[in-house]
Amino acid sequence: MSKRIDVKDLNVYYSKFLAVEDVNINIEARSVTAFIGPSGCGKSTFLRTLNRMHEVIPGARVEGEVLLDGDNLYDSAVDPVTVRGQIGMVFQRPNPFPTMSIRDNVLAGVKLNNKRISKSDADALVEKSLRGANLWNEVKDRLGRPGSGLSGGQQQRLCIARAIAVSPQVILMDEPCSALDPISTLAIEDLINELKADYTVVIVTHNMQQAARVSDRTAFFNIAGTGKPGKLIEYDDTTTIFNKPSMKATEDYVSGRFG
Amino acid sequence: MSSNLLKTPKDRGRAGDKIFSGVSLGAGILILVILFSVAMFLVVQASPVFTADPETVTGGEGFAAYIFPIVVGTVIAAAIALLIATPVGILVALFISHYAPRRLARIFGYVVDLLAAIPSVIYGAWGYLVLAPQMSTIFTWLAENLGWIPIFAGPASQTGKTILTAGIVLAVMVIPIITSLSREIFLQTPNLHEEAALAMGATRWEMVRMAVLPFARPGIVSATMLGLGRALGETMAVALVLSPGLLSASLISSGNQTIAAEIALNFPEAFGLRLSELIAAGLVLFVITLIVNMIARLIISRSKEFSGAN
Repeated sequence: MSKRIDVKDLNVYYSKFLAVEDVNINIEARSVTAFIGPSGCGKSTFLRTLNRMHEVIPGARVEGEVLLDGDNLYDSAVDPVTVRGQIGMVFQRPNPFPTMSIRDNVLAGVKLNNKRISKSDADALVEKSLRGANLWNEVKDRLGRPGSGLSGGQQQRLCIARAIAVSPQVILMDEPCSALDPISTLAIEDLINELKADYTVVIVTHNMQQAARVSDRTAFFNIAGTGKPGKLIEYDDTTTIFNKPSMKATEDYVSGRFG
Repeated sequence: MSSNLLKTPKDRGRAGDKIFSGVSLGAGILILVILFSVAMFLVVQASPVFTADPETVTGGEGFAAYIFPIVVGTVIAAAIALLIATPVGILVALFISHYAPRRLARIFGYVVDLLAAIPSVIYGAWGYLVLAPQMSTIFTWLAENLGWIPIFAGPASQTGKTILTAGIVLAVMVIPIITSLSREIFLQTPNLHEEAALAMGATRWEMVRMAVLPFARPGIVSATMLGLGRALGETMAVALVLSPGLLSASLISSGNQTIAAEIALNFPEAFGLRLSELIAAGLVLFVITLIVNMIARLIISRSKEFSGAN
């Protein structure tokens, strides 16, 4: 499990509007990479191109290559469904399926594409995934209850359990803590540190302390002005980005002088 | 002397609030009053038939023997209509909401709404003039080849004016209702859940099954019930398309009758006990509708916990 991602000359469009311009980035396997930057700089948009969720929006498209261990996600023969099965995603707002129980939520991805799984395997997988998401002890007595009955932080960890249940190569997280209280945020951050052992994790965050706490490498995105495309300004080890960045804009941003 | 600044002076402030709550309360009460007076009218006007000498009732064997065949006929016609209209309506709605390109979807949705607005007498005329003659050849074939199944037992109607044709016409009338309502509900599926499904590697159809259909289930039930209401109560189309007769298991020979058509065909000449009979038939239809609606509520409330409303 866990593969690296290499992005080459990627331009991201919404119809004719160029949203993110010319991104080149190499994301190491089994590491945590954080994307930071002001609102509207395209970091979430760029994240969504890494598992082809960007194109779900009508008119949205990309130019360039995204390589998962050398295989181009945007090759014309590649089915986005396959890509998304290998590169999981956790969203800004927790989104467990409201009509499913906690157990069924965890198994939702596993049962896709007509795959069958025996009950004992399913039970084991549910426990493993929920343990992996640090949620098992809180929900083990109510696996049959609706997932929407959990607290926001628990729901988000349920979504992480759902994502890791399919053993993805990469987990993308789009501001996973922005709807959560500090305690739940801490729980998720601890979890991200553990996930690093098995998965490649890419996280978009508005919270610079969070980026500093959880990530190994940090990419800073910025935008020249409204209507201009977002760009990758600087990408380096997290300690370098926060202590002695090479670009002026990065330094201004991480030191709180703008954004 | 004691001047609490937080006190609202009586002459200003909450007037709009009071008027609004009064009006909405009034509207609510009005509905109950109408429903109650309709029920009372039906019960009072129908009551003579329940105490009358069985021999004086049409058919000569009492009201139950009179009403039973047409209740069954009504249920058969409505069941045929829903059996066809529910899957078709849901599929068309899904096509409009999740599969068609946006511009096509808009045109399509508009056409479907237009279909719902066509008066039933037009559907009846179409069924009578176009559909029934076409159906008669199919009926003849069914009677010859599948005649051993009771519902396709011969002799096949030569005019095609049977309960099956009536059911199909009703289905055509019900499809736009189910489609419009289902489409609106499908479009309201939270984006969040659709993306959750897609991001796990769901295909479009799996996404629909995981996120859209479960979310829309109560709405689909309601849409079907509204469609059923139209199918049960539809008078004109059935009166035109069906040549009524005795209760028969065969759907392709003439026979059977529905309550609404029975009332409409006989009402103008009815008086005295016959009038009470027809109104009692109306009462029975009313009760059937109530029961069906209660069952629908039960289905919806059973899955409330998993509806996402909590």
